[in-house]
Amino acid sequence: MNSSIVISQSDGRPMYLQIMEQIKQKVAVGEWAPGEEIPSIRMMSVALRVSVITVKRAYLELEREGVIFTQHGKGSIVAKDPGLGPRLYDQEFEEHMEQVVRIGSLLGLSEKQLTLRLHETAARLNDAVSSDEDLAKETL
Amino acid sequence: MTDLAVQFTGVTKQYKHFTLQNVNLELATGSIMGFVGANGAGKSTTIRILMGLIHQDSGAVKVLGHDMPADQAAAKRDIGFVSEDMRLYGPATVAWHMEFIRSIYPQWDQLYAEDLLRRFDIKKEQKVKGLSHGQRVKAALLLALARRPRLLVLDEPTTGLDPVARREVLAELTAVLADENRTILFSSHNTLDVEQISDQITFIDRGSIIDSANKEIFLDGWRRLRLMLPPNTPLPQLPGVVEVGGSNRLPVLTISHFDPAMVAACQQAGASVQAVDPMTLEEIFVVNVQNRREKAIA
Repeated sequence: MNSSIVISQSDGRPMYLQIMEQIKQKVAVGEWAPGEEIPSIRMMSVALRVSVITVKRAYLELEREGVIFTQHGKGSIVAKDPGLGPRLYDQEFEEHMEQVVRIGSLLGLSEKQLTLRLHETAARLNDAVSSDEDLAKETL
Repeated sequence: MTDLAVQFTGVTKQYKHFTLQNVNLELATGSIMGFVGANGAGKSTTIRILMGLIHQDSGAVKVLGHDMPADQAAAKRDIGFVSEDMRLYGPATVAWHMEFIRSIYPQWDQLYAEDLLRRFDIKKEQKVKGLSHGQRVKAALLLALARRPRLLVLDEPTTGLDPVARREVLAELTAVLADENRTILFSSHNTLDVEQISDQITFIDRGSIIDSANKEIFLDGWRRLRLMLPPNTPLPQLPGVVEVGGSNRLPVLTISHFDPAMVAACQQAGASVQAVDPMTLEEIFVVNVQNRREKAIA
């Protein structure tokens, strides 16, 4: 069964977070459709070889975030509107922004300098994309 | 009322050089408890008392509703026990052992036993004396698992197994819990195994239980905080700091009861919080034990 979720022991994050992330990805790409029934906590625990309590925690947090819905005594389903696409990226974006600000302050950069660096990076990436496009046109 | 498979209340056992002190332990039916401790911490003594193999000096032990050691014969019908020093009969084959166990326990599941033979990679025609250490451990586990006991008590079940065998054994143990009426207690100093499959973690050191908690809550409580302090700023005072490491300007705090509000408290005290890192069970175990031993010396 669902051994398509992989728990990595070299990933520093707690196991429940790894499970949550991979379930969200399954839902985001549509592998698990809205309203679809998902494996019970015990079944998932057997498939992943991790404790029931870890899977239970992942399911509880997913429920709190509105990704899945648990009916008492009936098991869990993917929420009708998990709305994950933008939300998943939102969260990742926020995490990266925090890193930028943290490392920036380690380097002693002011907020102004941070903004400037952001503009520079955006300009550099845009250039790279357009020169790739140019190259593609030339080769056609 | 919660249904307890195992309950220790104030259990004490005194030896000349070792004392098991006031052990209180509760294991709910349908869960796995990982029992962690250094060598000589009291894991095996506790397990033997649980099995009625040695008798406590004082305190009460209830296993599957039976008082131990008084009612141990009845309890053992439903307990599967595997320990490192358990001997199988050398000149006999694995198949002979399977037949022997089957003749005693009516719930023996032959199909499951055959399946385990294949997955544990054991040939039942082989004599026990010809098996390697790891194969003997697996054979003993097979004999216990195929009885489908309500409680499995395993003393170091993964010690001496190769990584492939270890994975199979861990998979089997989690599979047992698909049935919520069954319970497992296992001891190990392999913290990775405990972290992966247990619902409940119990730490024992020098004859005392130093922690027994829900694994998720337990792991969530421990964090390592890396701070950066401006010059001549004192370390913020936080509750539950077990260890202070690092340097003056870049201290590293190990905290046993972390609360997100602590981050704000540090910032208010003028420190910048560089990282809040979760800890592995192994790191927690080592810090916890060392800290207690230092205190005992001081």
